[in-house]
Formats: sequence, structure tokens, C-alpha cells
Amino acid sequence: MIGTLDLVLSSCSPTRQGPAHPCRLLANDGAGGAGLSEHLSRHGPNPLSRGRPSWREETIREVERSGLLGHGGAAFPTATKLQAVNSKLHRAVVIANGTEGEPASEKDRTLLARAPHLVLDGASIAAEVVRASEIVVVVHRDVRTVVDAAIGERRRAGVDRVPFRAVTAADRFVGGEASAVVNWVDRALPVPLGKSPRMSERGLGGQPTLVQNVETLAHLALIARHGATWYRRLGTSEEPGSILVTLLGALEQPGVREVEIGIPVADVLARAGGPTAPLRAILVGGYFGSWLPVFPTLSLPFSARGLGVGLGAGLVVALPADVCGVAQTARLARYLASESAGQCGPCAFGLPAIAGEMEKLADGRSMGIENLKRWLVEIEGRGACGHPDGAARLISSALRVFSAEVAQHLGGWCTAEIERTLLPIPRGALR
Amino acid sequence: MRNRARIRIDRIACDGRGFCAEFLPELITLDDWGFPIISAGVIPENLLALAHDVVEVCPKAALWLEAVSSDGDGRDR
Repeated sequence: MIGTLDLVLSSCSPTRQGPAHPCRLLANDGAGGAGLSEHLSRHGPNPLSRGRPSWREETIREVERSGLLGHGGAAFPTATKLQAVNSKLHRAVVIANGTEGEPASEKDRTLLARAPHLVLDGASIAAEVVRASEIVVVVHRDVRTVVDAAIGERRRAGVDRVPFRAVTAADRFVGGEASAVVNWVDRALPVPLGKSPRMSERGLGGQPTLVQNVETLAHLALIARHGATWYRRLGTSEEPGSILVTLLGALEQPGVREVEIGIPVADVLARAGGPTAPLRAILVGGYFGSWLPVFPTLSLPFSARGLGVGLGAGLVVALPADVCGVAQTARLARYLASESAGQCGPCAFGLPAIAGEMEKLADGRSMGIENLKRWLVEIEGRGACGHPDGAARLISSALRVFSAEVAQHLGGWCTAEIERTLLPIPRGALR
Repeated sequence: MRNRARIRIDRIACDGRGFCAEFLPELITLDDWGFPIISAGVIPENLLALAHDVVEVCPKAALWLEAVSSDGDGRDR
């Protein structure tokens, strides 16, 4: 653990709003360049094993002590995943997952564009921990060039023991699910595999595979440098550290920010300049996330524990009071239905039916939501991946939070302006 | 405890033929599209033989029985 902490913090700039915000991952504000030499002068060298036999156990223990959770959506403990990769019989593979299939999320892309070497450092450390023979970096096409350049620089400088390979991600919502990423890299099929065998036993090409979100790997690179105690200086005891969020909706300066986990939700919105209009609700997590009522959510801690819902991939959407949450959710429901891989009946048939009921409700043509409510409960847990569960979670939260609007819609009217679309959906996704 | 098992399903393999629900309506019902909804948890002793038959009869071989340890809660469906 070398003393580059001051260097990391001193390169952070205060926000326009005043208080300094954490910029562990986004220390490079864009002006410094994203090259290897800039990276090394900002963060210092990557602390790899260099043949020390106890390094592997020490690193896993430090990650465990840090409490690092996955930042791809599922918030699974990273140390547990590192420990689980079984490289006894076959050499393992590490996949740095920057697929970012969530259409509104931009944090993984932003991170890769601004600090590609931090992500690659983390992947390199993870690869040494799980004794991998290869690292596959799966990235959104927007940042493929940056990542290719970064990999080339590292190869020439000879900083890594395990070689990198970049793959452009599939442009699908379910394409980011861990087994779908493996399937994509292996067979060019961006659809999830069944639940067994475990990827930690048999994943990419039959090799034990560690799939880790790119932001998680960047945090890992910093924990390896500065230690768990440093990492835990931000965040809460259960959810330590900082998180990259994509802020969207009725906000002054929407975009990607790094925030400490546990600050009030109002302060998270303030990092994007604050609301531009009275708000009705806040979507937390992503299109798999949950709508929350604006009160008391604004004063609650921005953490899974504080909000009672997962932070998912870090999407935060501020829904203004004049936009209809029912109509917005109906559109997302149709999108999520169209993004079903079509492999499992409850998802392939259930989601389109649910989307149809949501559209009828949004249009004021619904004769009742009994079937809708029953289907939302019935499809839960009945897919090979979490796609139906995520969609059900979002839509159920909408029925709860927008219950007054739902009642209005059932009566055939809506007080909100329903035309405006707030939540981006990839072009061509809704045919 | 002996013979503690639960029914597991490969959702990708399942085609919604519905034989399982016909054989074992006590534990398996069908949703509005004909896909099985399997009750979570341990199979009652008196239905175990039938559950074995259901696994055999599935034309897609999508079902299997999984042993449940004494602290198993059958949380997956």
C-alpha cells in the first residue's frame, strides 16, 4: 500500500456547487489525457504479485475487508467471486464487462474513455489473483478505439503478465448479463445461458471464468494500491466506497458523476445541478430498477439499505411532475419485452402480455389490472436469467408509486403530459 | 432426513408441453401461456414417486429432482 492517496485526492476538483466530490475513478477530468504515462503519474504503478507467494491471499483478504460489491447491477461481493474461481484443473479467464446494455447508462463508457488504464489495472490484478491465462475486455463500440489504444500501450510497456484481448459488446439489454457475455464472446450469441454449470467452474471456452464489471475492476485497482481502510473512508459500513451514477431527467446538468454511497438522494441530484422542475418520482437502478416516490426519497441515504432497493447499474432518473410515470413505464415495459432473449416461456410470452396491459393502462383503455398484477408475481424467478424479475420489479414499483395515476388511467384520463419521452430506448428497439 | 428433494427446471429447455402439470397438479400448475409454475420447497413424501415419474415424462427432459439439505429452503424455483 503505497502513499499515493494525496495525489489521488489533490487531483480532484470541486464542483460548481461548492463541496468537493469524490473523484477516485474519474480523477482524470478529461484535460489530463487517458494515456499510460498520465495514468501512472496520477495513480502510481499497478501493485501486481511480482512472484510474492502470499500476494494472492493478501489481495483477496484486502478486497474482502474493503467490502467491495459489484457495480454491474447485482452488487455481489467481489471477494467471494475472486475466491470462487476454480483454476485447479484449467487456467481461468477474466472478462472485464463493459457491455453496459442499459440504454440510459453511460457510466461504464465514461469510465473507459477517461480512465481505461484503471480498469485494465484492476483486470490485470484480478487475472493474477484467479491465475488467468487471458483477459477479455468487452466494451461498448463507442470506446473500443480508446480501449484498443490502451491495451496496445500496455503491451509495448510490458506492464501486465496476463495478455488482454478486446471484444466489442453486443448491443442488447440482456447482453450484459454475465453468462450472456460469455456466450457472446464464445459463440456470438448475446443471450444468457442456463444457471448451471457455474461460470467459476466452466465458462468461456469451458475455462473457469470471472466476469466483473469494469467499474468494479477500477475500484479493485485502487483498493490494491491504497488498501481497504482507504476505500471504506467513503460510503456506509455495509456499502462502502463511491459509485458512478448516470443522472438523467429533469436535472440542470445530466450526466455521469461519482458519488459517495449513503449521501442523501437530494445531494446526488445536486451533483447534476439539482432539479429543473418539481419532481414526481425517482427511478433508481436502471430499467431493472424501482420507481420511488419523491418524498421521502430525497432525504433518504443513497444506498441499497437506505432506499430498500438495489442501486443496480447506478442509473438515477428524476421524473418531473408533469410527465406521466405510467406512460413512461409502459414504454419501458414494451422495450424490456422486446429485449427478451425469447428462450424461456414465462419471459417470452409473459413480458409482451404485461407490456400490452401497461400500454392499455397508459392509453386509458384498460379494463382492470388484475391480470397484470397476477402476471407480475407469476413470472418472478421463472427465467434462466433475471430479465423477467427485473422487468417485474420496475413495473410493480410503478403500480405502487403511481397508484393515483393508475386509478386515473383506469377511469380513462390522465392529468400529466404523456407525450414527452424521458428515458432513452435504442433506435429500432421498438418496432 | 432422507428423501428431501425439490423439483428443478431448465427454463430454456422447457417448451410448455404441460405434461408435468397433468401428472402432478398438486405441485405444478400452468401459467396463462402453458408454462409450469412449480411450487418451491421440499416435495412431500407422498408425492415423491409421482415427482420421479414427472421427471421421466417431460418430453424436453427439462425437469430434475435436486436433493435438499436439511437447512435447504428451496429458494430457487
